[in-house]
Amino acid sequence: MKRIMTCIECPQGCRLEIEADGSRLIEVTGYKCKRGSAYARQEIEAPLRTLTTSVLTRGLELKMLPVRTSGPIPKEKLFAAMQAVKTLVVTSPVKAGAVVASDFLGLGVDLTACRALNKL
Amino acid sequence: MAAAVAAREHGVEDVLLLERDQHLGGILNQCIHPGFGLHHFKAELTGPEYADRFASLVKEDPNIEVSLRSFVVKLTKDREISFLRPGSLEEIKARAIILATGCRERTREMIQIPGSRPAGIYPAGLAQKMVNMEGWIPGKEAVIVGSGDIGLIMARRMALEGVLVKAVIEIQKTSRGLVRNVVQCLEDFGIPLYFQHRISAIHGRDRVEKVDVVKVDDEFKDITGSGFEISCDTVLISVGLIPENELLEMAGAEIDRKTNTPVAKDVNLTSIPGVFACGNACKVYDLVDWVTRDSMLAGKMAAEYLKAK
Repeated sequence: MKRIMTCIECPQGCRLEIEADGSRLIEVTGYKCKRGSAYARQEIEAPLRTLTTSVLTRGLELKMLPVRTSGPIPKEKLFAAMQAVKTLVVTSPVKAGAVVASDFLGLGVDLTACRALNKL
Repeated sequence: MAAAVAAREHGVEDVLLLERDQHLGGILNQCIHPGFGLHHFKAELTGPEYADRFASLVKEDPNIEVSLRSFVVKLTKDREISFLRPGSLEEIKARAIILATGCRERTREMIQIPGSRPAGIYPAGLAQKMVNMEGWIPGKEAVIVGSGDIGLIMARRMALEGVLVKAVIEIQKTSRGLVRNVVQCLEDFGIPLYFQHRISAIHGRDRVEKVDVVKVDDEFKDITGSGFEISCDTVLISVGLIPENELLEMAGAEIDRKTNTPVAKDVNLTSIPGVFACGNACKVYDLVDWVTRDSMLAGKMAAEYLKAK
């Protein structure tokens, strides 16, 4: 079955033409870089998204610490991940890139700090 | 920060960087979503990560003096600056000035949505700051006006935080935002996007209770009989940005009344020699990478101006 998909890898947003059989990609055209074809394959097989959100802090210079998953996670896990993030509180100073939660939800990616935060 | 770093690279000896917030980075600090830096850093970064990379460059350079919590209250055409910082009013004279004052949001009042004035109506960027930096969730059921990037990104952000985002209302036929944001912010979360619709009234006494939505024709006239209601307690307004050039205006520079940008023959220039404007204050950009590119050019232009003097 043919369908149209927009690549979300970069702001160009290439229009991809996909031919797929269920979760098996047969052919993709319309991408301008190799990330586009990889995206199409992934999106057909098992869609992934990077989660970015904020974690509550205590005793640090900002109330919230921006965090991200170190790699993309399955799209259907986004809400479970948000629930898990809400149980975290960061109380010690962090550097940018510091791991806030390792092997987050057993998904094989870490939750990392997007900025440095010092003590208040 | 990019202008300061570039000015130093091109031979300016002494740079003072004034920031009104307690941290460097400006609006990037609240833009916690990824998508920044694909061109400049060849990596997909979040706003805070992008800002952090520049903050490191600025802090490494002892000849860039950073003054935080410093609010400029006056600028003259002779490049005299007055600024407030905790405990003092400082006055300095610079040989060249680069303004990187960004934008303000257009508000509900500017697009004239009739109705009452209850609590629960926020500019989308303010809501972004509340959610991402303060941890305050503005409501439970939201309608978003405007499908620019800020509106789309806030739709996803609120949905992730458990808010039921009932609709994004766009008066135009297409979204002003990036296509990827329509896909990953709305389609991923099943949020309906209504093109050629507008909010015709906001109802509610103390708190927003519902909004009236109506379809419009190509001349933006309401189509009779097309109206419907959406119950909600929150309305986010994302209807564009206005370059912030109050200081430039105070100094007597020529400002385009329609766009609120400096009138000059080239990017980054103003009508006052030695006073430059870069980033969103100069024109509204869609990618931070291009802000960096042009702001580095502003730093270079300021350096060349000083050499020529």
